[in-house]
Amino acid sequence: MSVFSDFKNGLGNENPTFRLLIGMCPVLATSLAVTNGIGMGIAATFVLVGSNVIVSLLRSFIPPKIRIPCFVVVIASFVTIVDLVMAAFTPGLHKVLGIFIPLIVVNCIILARAEAFASKNPVVNSLADGLGMGLGFTLALTLLSAIRELLGTGTILAAPDFGFPGIHIFNKDFAPVMMLLPPGAFITLGLLIGLINTLTRRKA
Amino acid sequence: MRELLVIFFAGVLLNNFILSRFLGICPFIGVSKRIETAAGMGMAVIFVMAVASVITWAVQYYILVPLDLGYLQTIAFILVIAALVQLVEMVILKVSPTLYQALGIYLPLITTNCAVLGVAIINIRENYDIIQTAVNGIAGAAGFTLAIILFAGIRERLDFAPIPEALKGFPLALITAGLMSIAFLGFTGFKLAALFGL
Repeated sequence: MSVFSDFKNGLGNENPTFRLLIGMCPVLATSLAVTNGIGMGIAATFVLVGSNVIVSLLRSFIPPKIRIPCFVVVIASFVTIVDLVMAAFTPGLHKVLGIFIPLIVVNCIILARAEAFASKNPVVNSLADGLGMGLGFTLALTLLSAIRELLGTGTILAAPDFGFPGIHIFNKDFAPVMMLLPPGAFITLGLLIGLINTLTRRKA
Repeated sequence: MRELLVIFFAGVLLNNFILSRFLGICPFIGVSKRIETAAGMGMAVIFVMAVASVITWAVQYYILVPLDLGYLQTIAFILVIAALVQLVEMVILKVSPTLYQALGIYLPLITTNCAVLGVAIINIRENYDIIQTAVNGIAGAAGFTLAIILFAGIRERLDFAPIPEALKGFPLALITAGLMSIAFLGFTGFKLAALFGL
């Protein structure tokens, strides 16, 4: 497989959120606003690319029996980097995302890619795979948070960390608060996956 | 004592791990096709979360804080939890093979259950003492168990329902969880502190 098709894989055919259906907790929890979604997506992409590259570099040195703990240590190190960097440069976003930053460690997408891809493929391909999967995750998160933010607040792209009030679309009084509460996350994501299933089935 | 009851009921009903905190969605949807398996998973999670809460608390306050290694929290906790799950598995196999038969297959899955690491981090962020930590761990896991058993009950019935092709499986599971979550939102009105006279 070429490097480009490894990259493209994560965006479409094997999109982690819409196709592989893994790593749902952060998707549901951090999709309150587009900036949160993108922030979480970038954090996860960084960890995914970093851990894929390191695991791929070390793939001939790690004994197969203890590979999972080794992967976990690599992933946890990158998560710690992200955690500290975000706390320093985007404190507002870091506070909103809360425990979901350290919880990137147990996000199944990252361990799954280390195990299924990076531990068996060369560095360049693993990098492309990590980037593709990370962007696919970010894309899904952005889509879901755009729907929830727009319907829940009547505004879109609000970014308090950068002093941007967002684009006002309709009056907040008409916005169903339910979209911002947990049920809104579950139901919107369920319908979104259903919609994507319908569209892809029709194409095939 | 009353404070502990508040922590417990808040953990089970108000801040339910699955339906309001979104922790542990993977096993919630993955292992909820039958009530028996859901109950088995729930029991295993209660056990591991209670023990993991206490041990990570001890690691934080007896190792990381005195040595000024707070930034290693994530790495330390995940290793402790992974090792703990392995240990628990071996101990249960030795002590009670029947229990192992019942919980066996669920135990390794728990390492990557974000509820376990989640509760460990929440305990530290809320500045709980060791008793509160243990209660919070048990409450979080009890809430998880309650949600997964109720959910499995609903899913068993859904097997016989006419469902649109595109929503079969995962999407419908999410929508069902959403409706359950609406029901649990009703508990938000509870003033627990007042209820227990605090």
